Amino acid sequence: MRTLRVETSRRHFLTGASAAGISLIASRAFADETIDLGLPDGVGTRPIVKNYLGKGPMILQRTRPPLLETPFEVFDKDIITPNDQFYVRWHWANLPGEINADTFRLAVRGQVNTTLNLSLKELLAMPAVETVAVNQCSGNSRGFFQPRVAGGEWANGSMGNARWTGVRLKDVLDKAGVKASATAVRFNGLDEPVVPDGPDFMKSLSIDHARAGEVMIAYAMNGEQLPYLNGFPLRLVVPGWYATYWVKMLNDIEVLDKPDDNFWMAKAYLIPDTPHASMKPGETGIKTVPINQMVPRSFVTNVKNGATVSAGSPLALRGIAFGGNTSVRKVELSTDGGKAWREAKLEIDAGKYSFRRWTAAISPTKGANQILVRCTNSDDSAQPMEANWNPSGFMRNVVEATTVTAS
Amino acid sequence: MQKRTFFQAGIAALIVITAIAGASATEKLTGFKSETVDLPFGDRNFSGPNADAINNNCLSCHSAGMVLNQPAMPRAVWQAEVDKMRAVYKAPIAEGDVKPIVDYLAQLKGPH
Repeated sequence: MRTLRVETSRRHFLTGASAAGISLIASRAFADETIDLGLPDGVGTRPIVKNYLGKGPMILQRTRPPLLETPFEVFDKDIITPNDQFYVRWHWANLPGEINADTFRLAVRGQVNTTLNLSLKELLAMPAVETVAVNQCSGNSRGFFQPRVAGGEWANGSMGNARWTGVRLKDVLDKAGVKASATAVRFNGLDEPVVPDGPDFMKSLSIDHARAGEVMIAYAMNGEQLPYLNGFPLRLVVPGWYATYWVKMLNDIEVLDKPDDNFWMAKAYLIPDTPHASMKPGETGIKTVPINQMVPRSFVTNVKNGATVSAGSPLALRGIAFGGNTSVRKVELSTDGGKAWREAKLEIDAGKYSFRRWTAAISPTKGANQILVRCTNSDDSAQPMEANWNPSGFMRNVVEATTVTAS
Repeated sequence: MQKRTFFQAGIAALIVITAIAGASATEKLTGFKSETVDLPFGDRNFSGPNADAINNNCLSCHSAGMVLNQPAMPRAVWQAEVDKMRAVYKAPIAEGDVKPIVDYLAQLKGPH
């Protein structure tokens, strides 16, 4: 059994000093390492925590329930995001203090012929599948929305790419025997509401999606058991779909005979049913639908916005791209505001749902140089030049601009 | 020739990825270690003479940082946030505490 604790000195200090108020705490907390996320209209300074339940350096967005963001430089190192710097997002603070790997059971119930209570051992004995896939929060990059919107004020680091190992959801459903009445499959985890009657976090997929073969119940992430904060011991992996569906600490699968009307499907995580899920602030009467498949994105990872570079010599660029709900077809760069585009070289393809490394070189001219990077996926969906807007801060995928000064 | 170079580069990249990702695809997890955790409660309280309502009602579900990291937003947005916490997330906030909480938020995080 392993025990994870938050660095106690920090915790005791913060608890003990809390009565003194924000300013004192802020100044002490900020005396540790901080990062400025560069959000429009400010309020972008966050502490870097280095030992939050076994995680490496992470951007602390919220202590409880934990919201931890991956520092962006991590994405420059490799297309696989390491477990100890993979972002963390929980809705409710009631998380189990202990998860016993021997007694844990995954229930499969509802519209099935045989109710199952599967142990981890039984899941390990089933045929294993593996996929590399991007897990991205619906609200990744919310902090860049203008006008700003309420919510987790993430920069671009509430995403990660991992090699997931587990069993096919389809195989587990087949083992239980899905009845003809099945229409949807609902997933619930060990996290619980803090307040009585609060809506337990649950998500569902259509029965067809659940049985198509790609959706996985993962027990390993990058070859190791899932970190507690990323959903130990099981999490759903829904390649190409936003992370809200990737239910963590999954312990209950219920096959439903009608569409799921639970709060987290019917009222939360809704997007405008418009191109790029975009609307105008204050606009009313817009039809909404549950958020679903991801859209393409790309980033420069080796040069920071505002960096100084040499004029006249080639500047090597590299970055990551992902196609969202399908593979990357191409990544292009523009240094003239989007008039002319040149294709970057795509590096190894680790799977259609994975990050893909790209490389390119430009020749900066004296002064400011704006570098635009655009991904087009295999369905010919390309990142838009204009940022979308919706009141929840979902699905940002605007063409990213990095400006460097050459001297 | 160019094709070959690209192929070789691909193999090199594959090896790097495999090494960083840990176990290779053929290795299999054979068991699990149980987890015991001690989750941190929260790092800050709200300060000032009018902070009682927000401290007493809001910090049981989320730490103060959630609010302190928000941008400035109009009072109506803060009113809607507090209404949402009550109606949707069932925060047991007494009617009389709603205005002091909204006042505090609008003062702390309103457009100034």
